[in-house]
Amino acid sequence: MVTETLLEEELHRLAGSVPDPELPVLTLDELGVLRGVDVVAPGKVTVRLTPTYTGCPAIEAMSVDIERVLHDHGIPEVSVVTVLSPAWSTNDISAEGRRKLAEFGIAPPRPHNATAPAGGPVPLTLSVRCPHCGSTDTELLSRFSSTACKALRRCVTCREPFDHFKEL
Amino acid sequence: MTAALALGDDALVLSHRLGEWAGHAPVLEEEVALANIALDLLGQARVLLSLVGDEDELAYLREERAFRNVQLVEQPNGDFAHTIARQLYFSTYQRLLYEQLATGESPFAGLAAKAVKEVAYHQDHAERWTLRLGDGTAESHERMQRGVVALWRFTGELFQPVEGVEIDWRSLNSGWLESVTAVLQQATLTVPAGPQFGAWTAGAGRQGIHTEPFGRMIAEMQHLHRSHPGASW
Repeated sequence: MVTETLLEEELHRLAGSVPDPELPVLTLDELGVLRGVDVVAPGKVTVRLTPTYTGCPAIEAMSVDIERVLHDHGIPEVSVVTVLSPAWSTNDISAEGRRKLAEFGIAPPRPHNATAPAGGPVPLTLSVRCPHCGSTDTELLSRFSSTACKALRRCVTCREPFDHFKEL
Repeated sequence: MTAALALGDDALVLSHRLGEWAGHAPVLEEEVALANIALDLLGQARVLLSLVGDEDELAYLREERAFRNVQLVEQPNGDFAHTIARQLYFSTYQRLLYEQLATGESPFAGLAAKAVKEVAYHQDHAERWTLRLGDGTAESHERMQRGVVALWRFTGELFQPVEGVEIDWRSLNSGWLESVTAVLQQATLTVPAGPQFGAWTAGAGRQGIHTEPFGRMIAEMQHLHRSHPGASW
């Protein structure tokens, strides 16, 4: 990647501080979906964004929010493009992002070997910790939950159901 | 782009079929799971069809004979076991296909590398249900077996080489057979007898020939767009 100029760095910081529309506790930067900001001409900026899931509908809301923030910063022409490669992985979520997810009541994804050829539901030995009571005695209810990126679990100790940001 | 159309139509049509479960799934978790899988497939379809042209025009304004999906994905949902059998056959195929495409130089490599991780969850979902239903009660076993047998004749078409998809089709077929056989056996189900290919088997979807239920499916899928051209909200 080419080195970012000072202006690009600043715009990257602004775009990266936009909250995720589905998980407003996280910023796009913490989620790891902002791939870069390029100033292509004076007043003209291209933002590269990668979706968590190919069909993630939040990408459109993210684009609108980024455009708004950069317009407010005096950039008249902003285009947000979607890039698929390299594929996003839950390993791209920052440590701060993980901490915020747990605080919000969503068990963060466990680190995993994202270069495994198949990806997806890799058998993991680390247990998922209940974000409410901290117990590691939790069980899977469904691999699919309120959004594509989450699984539904239940804590055996405190009996509360909770979302788990599943590994991808 | 015959290839993008074929792969995109597979994803689009199966996505629509799975969407039909909304409001009808046996439990709430399945309602959500099937809709999640449908959404993943729709996302893949949008990327693939956009390589060919305008995604909305392609989805909503093509006639039946212009669709290039395999006949397997257009088959009606049937009961839950029937849908799971279709999911098992298709997700296993799609995962192996994307795995191969992800490592190649094709225009699909980026999408395949991303989507294979999503499809791995679809396959996991289908396999778990196949095991639960096949190795469950007498009733669930019988229904799962019925679904597996009914859809078998549509599986041969999955391995007809598609122009522009540069992969090893023979190893795709053998890998698929090995994986599906292992799951069915573990689920105490009988692997259907008979070849996947031959005069009695179905499959000319890639040439635009579709089964009768497909016409009704796209009529429902397209009627709103065709009745109100250019509508938005």
